[in-house]
Amino acid sequence: MVNAKINGIPVQVAEGTTVLEAALKVDVKIPKLCHNDDLEPWAACGICVVKNGTNPKMIRSCCTPLEEGMAIVTNDAELVQTRKTVIELILSTHPDDCLACPRNQECELQRLAAEFGIREQPFPKRLRDLPLDDSTGSLILNPEKCIRCGRCVKVCQEMQNVWAIEFLGRGEKTRIAPAADVKLGEGPCIKCGQCSAHCPVGAIYENDQTGPVWEALMKEGADAKTCVVQIAPAVRVALGEAFGLPPGTNLTKKIYTALRRLGFDMIFDTNFAADLTIMEEGTEFVRRFVDGGKSEGGPLPLITSCCPAWVDYLEKYYGDMIPNFSTAKSPQQMMGTMIKTYWAEKAKIDPAKIFSVSIMPCTAKKFENHRNDTMYASGFQDVDVSLTTRELARMIKQAGIDLLNLPDGESDSPLGPYSGAGVIFGATGGVMEAALRTAYNLITGEDLKDVNFTGVRGISGIKEASVHIKGTEVRVAVAHQMGNIAQVLDMVRKAKAEGKETPWHFIEVMACRGGCIGGGGQPYGATDEVRKQRIRGIYDDDEKSEYRCSHQNPLIKQVYAEFLEKPGSHKAHELLHTHYTARDLYLK
Amino acid sequence: MAYKNYILVCGGTGCESSKSDELFKALHQQAEAQGVKNDVQIVKTGCFGFCEKGPIVKVLPQESFYVEVKPEDAKEIVAEQVVKGREVKRLLYRKGEKADSNVKIEDIEFYQKQFRVVLRNCGVINPENIDEYIAREGYTGLERALFKMKPDDIVNELKVSGLRGRGGAGFPTWLKWDLTKKAPGDVKYVVCNADEGDPGAYMNRSTIEGDPHSLIEAMIICGYTIGARQGYIYIRAEYPLAIERLKIAIRQAKEYGLLGTNILGSGFDFDLEIRLGAGAFVCGEETALLRSLEGNRGMPVPKPPFPAISGLWKKPTVINNVETYVNISVIMSKGAQWYAKIGTEKSRGTKTFALTGKIQNSGLVEVPMGTTLREIIFDIGGGIRGGKKFKGVQTGGPSGGIITAESLDQPISYESLTALGSMMGSGGMIIMDEDDCVVDIAKFYMAFCVDESCGKCAPCRIGTNQMHAILDKISKGQGTEDDLAKLEKIGKAMTKASLCMLGGSAANPTLSTLRHFREEYLEHIRDHKCRAGKCKDLVVYEIDAAKCIGCGLCARKCPVPCIAGEKKQPHVIDQARCIKCGECYKACKFGAVIKK
Repeated sequence: MVNAKINGIPVQVAEGTTVLEAALKVDVKIPKLCHNDDLEPWAACGICVVKNGTNPKMIRSCCTPLEEGMAIVTNDAELVQTRKTVIELILSTHPDDCLACPRNQECELQRLAAEFGIREQPFPKRLRDLPLDDSTGSLILNPEKCIRCGRCVKVCQEMQNVWAIEFLGRGEKTRIAPAADVKLGEGPCIKCGQCSAHCPVGAIYENDQTGPVWEALMKEGADAKTCVVQIAPAVRVALGEAFGLPPGTNLTKKIYTALRRLGFDMIFDTNFAADLTIMEEGTEFVRRFVDGGKSEGGPLPLITSCCPAWVDYLEKYYGDMIPNFSTAKSPQQMMGTMIKTYWAEKAKIDPAKIFSVSIMPCTAKKFENHRNDTMYASGFQDVDVSLTTRELARMIKQAGIDLLNLPDGESDSPLGPYSGAGVIFGATGGVMEAALRTAYNLITGEDLKDVNFTGVRGISGIKEASVHIKGTEVRVAVAHQMGNIAQVLDMVRKAKAEGKETPWHFIEVMACRGGCIGGGGQPYGATDEVRKQRIRGIYDDDEKSEYRCSHQNPLIKQVYAEFLEKPGSHKAHELLHTHYTARDLYLK
Repeated sequence: MAYKNYILVCGGTGCESSKSDELFKALHQQAEAQGVKNDVQIVKTGCFGFCEKGPIVKVLPQESFYVEVKPEDAKEIVAEQVVKGREVKRLLYRKGEKADSNVKIEDIEFYQKQFRVVLRNCGVINPENIDEYIAREGYTGLERALFKMKPDDIVNELKVSGLRGRGGAGFPTWLKWDLTKKAPGDVKYVVCNADEGDPGAYMNRSTIEGDPHSLIEAMIICGYTIGARQGYIYIRAEYPLAIERLKIAIRQAKEYGLLGTNILGSGFDFDLEIRLGAGAFVCGEETALLRSLEGNRGMPVPKPPFPAISGLWKKPTVINNVETYVNISVIMSKGAQWYAKIGTEKSRGTKTFALTGKIQNSGLVEVPMGTTLREIIFDIGGGIRGGKKFKGVQTGGPSGGIITAESLDQPISYESLTALGSMMGSGGMIIMDEDDCVVDIAKFYMAFCVDESCGKCAPCRIGTNQMHAILDKISKGQGTEDDLAKLEKIGKAMTKASLCMLGGSAANPTLSTLRHFREEYLEHIRDHKCRAGKCKDLVVYEIDAAKCIGCGLCARKCPVPCIAGEKKQPHVIDQARCIKCGECYKACKFGAVIKK
């Protein structure tokens, strides 16, 4: 342990703790801009400077470990003035169109300028006319707004191991740009949106598609369509943050009401589709597992495919492992297909007259809804528009809906009610746990007494567990945050190359840290602490569910009985399964 | 072996660019043609230092010191000196103007106050022949290290020597090595920073060109001391001659069993590779250099962790510059006690400087620490060119500050230069006279930093550009007094809040000139006047009709051209088209062109 003082307050921290972190322990918040808790310090902005004792030198608190006996001063006239000058310098290279900026009121630079009482800009503007890049359809890159904090580059390269974004140019000409200076959509970008979730300003943000949704909701007369919406598991435990509630607050029922007030005709829940996914994917797994991956069911390990950023990554980086990929569509897409086939038929509505919207924690879902031909299984684009949690928050605010004081509402049947297994899809390990709950039943014909597989829960990057189903061992692995995937898959590749048995039978992969609750479309400010609280919210919902397993959901049974016949049926395959194609990292 | 004469021809980059290579070939041809090729050995050496008078040729045993030698002179040198044994008087360096004032090297003022430790072999040996290095006690330090000393003894030897890093801040070298030696890990690296980038500085280049083995020897010793088996020399690609000589030296060292496995039978393995830098100034900053060496973008990263703990590929790494290493070869062969006697108490040894600018004798010099600036500039450097008045000296390159006349008697040390608002840096020394404008100088260095800022850190990336824009405004007579306050405000923030020393010192030239010459800044602002006539927008050239005889020389020299007039009639400058190049001013023999 290290003992030191910060502004005269004694503090004791573990060795290696930075001055910035140590200060928080004694309630001292050192102003910062480029630093983000998810990332190793990059030390670009120069705002978090502090002094040690009477030494006039300034040190950067984000990357300096607290040392024994230090006497840190975080505020004196010179420090405040230095920080203020640095902020003024940064503002001199940043456009002043805050009012029309996607990050208005959620911008870390704007907040800092406000806190420092910046009232004039003493230095002339030095702006560069850099073009916008909207080539991915999911994310917009606006390098003009970039303050070169480096977060997106580090997120993309270090956290995600995707390497789609890089710094180009030197000095003042330094800019963030897609690697190799292609368009973002032409390179390795997987649309996970973690760059947008970590950007402190409006330099990378989600492609706002609320416009077409408003248009559909407002349309009257012969052109009007039935507007149907689904909300993903992770949205409900994070949306509240955009309204000042603590992370993890479950707003499911208030969101239903809000969506209805926004004008949606039918409110369905992606959690229901998650149950459906489990029925299909669980069946697929059991088929492969029972005969050791040798049947036409496909090889082991089976790897989950409900994360579209992960799908994109696998197609680009692990094309050789496509046969291991579950062909089951993601819940968003299963719901999309079911709405425009099963439900349309049931409700006697022409699917051409349905406008289907999904609310997702994710920016890659905007890409998934037109990823390949199977996303049009109904004969139409199954999901017309995919919005992120952040976009929904803006729509609610725009509509003047007082979310926090709304009465509770319910979703619509039959595609609404869900099991606890459906909701845990939103957290890392959740798909695995949900699948195991049902796989147990599929293999043994019995239900588990204790459905909690805690070994696959939690925030650590790679989790392994071994589950015994009636004497047979099932080895599973769960990886989240794209940068953790290679380690797992490389071991699978190696075992295969050496002719050894696969280290795991079933692998769950999510591109974002913490799973969907940490998605790139979620409210800003995710840290591991926030992620843990969101996960807590998810498992609380699971625990109080009437049914904890997908196969127990009576409406799932109904859907199969009325429409899909049985899991893995020919019809199910036509509507609920997809295929993959190995791709080059760069479009030629 | 008995040659009648030895002809040493400077093969440094400066002299080579003045055709010393052609001269070298011509000497060989002449020796052949005149039938004396077995009487003379002609050797291409490293830099003699006296670049002002290059190409330099020295002939032994007479110790004839020839200056400004041209390829055409080869015939006469061979004919006179080799064949007839007579010196070529007209080529000898002259002290004063008299024809008979020829002097030998030891009587040349340029060399008298110098003390050559680092440059001991430069201009003496053939850098492409390892035997010549060995003949001058080369690799005896390595032998001593490998067979008579333990790593701890070597660290202690460096401690006793008092050697501090020659790259800038003067960190004790023994401590750096000791920290790396003690850092946990099996794989460690030795890196040499040969990314010399200060404008006007070429000490490291000349040292490698003249004595590459001295660097190699020290790096092997370092590897043995810290437990590294691989070293890298990071050198800028703009130094082709130095790179070539290093390649030859490494090859020869391998052939002699001085590099590779089981060095000299000691059981110690060490290898060296050369890595070329692309010329980014920031890659002279050690953390940026290491990132570049790894193949990444050359950008500084925060310290700690220091390279001693986590350096190249996150392994413990010693990174020293060329001059530091070369000192170590000497310390190891002559002993720390010998070395510690040179210099001052806190700054031991010598320091090389590249003297450039408005100095009589520009060149490469090496003096004991503690020598005063006056001795360097006026005794060794011969004072200001053309009898002009000394204005200041810029040490430490774009990171340093200007030192003025009142500080000329300060003995040079790390501490004294820092106290004067400048720094030791790697050793560039640019002399300015009354014709230099401080605003222009500050603007020049800031433009350099604008170009060389890596772009990572906000204070440097933006601050350098904002300061440059203000300096540009002032140089055009459009500045305000408030701009001076802004310069100081940004300069202070950059100095305090930048991540690396590039940004941390980029404001030094501006802040130090503002401190010493504020009045000149104010003249630009209030009076729209540049007293040195350097700021083109503030200068007007006119022709005094009373003095002009209408010779037309100015009109012929004018590149625009914008000077007109009848023959033998006073000429006139068209102010609207004048580009203020000053060619007319320099050309006029009658003082008729006036600079206002």
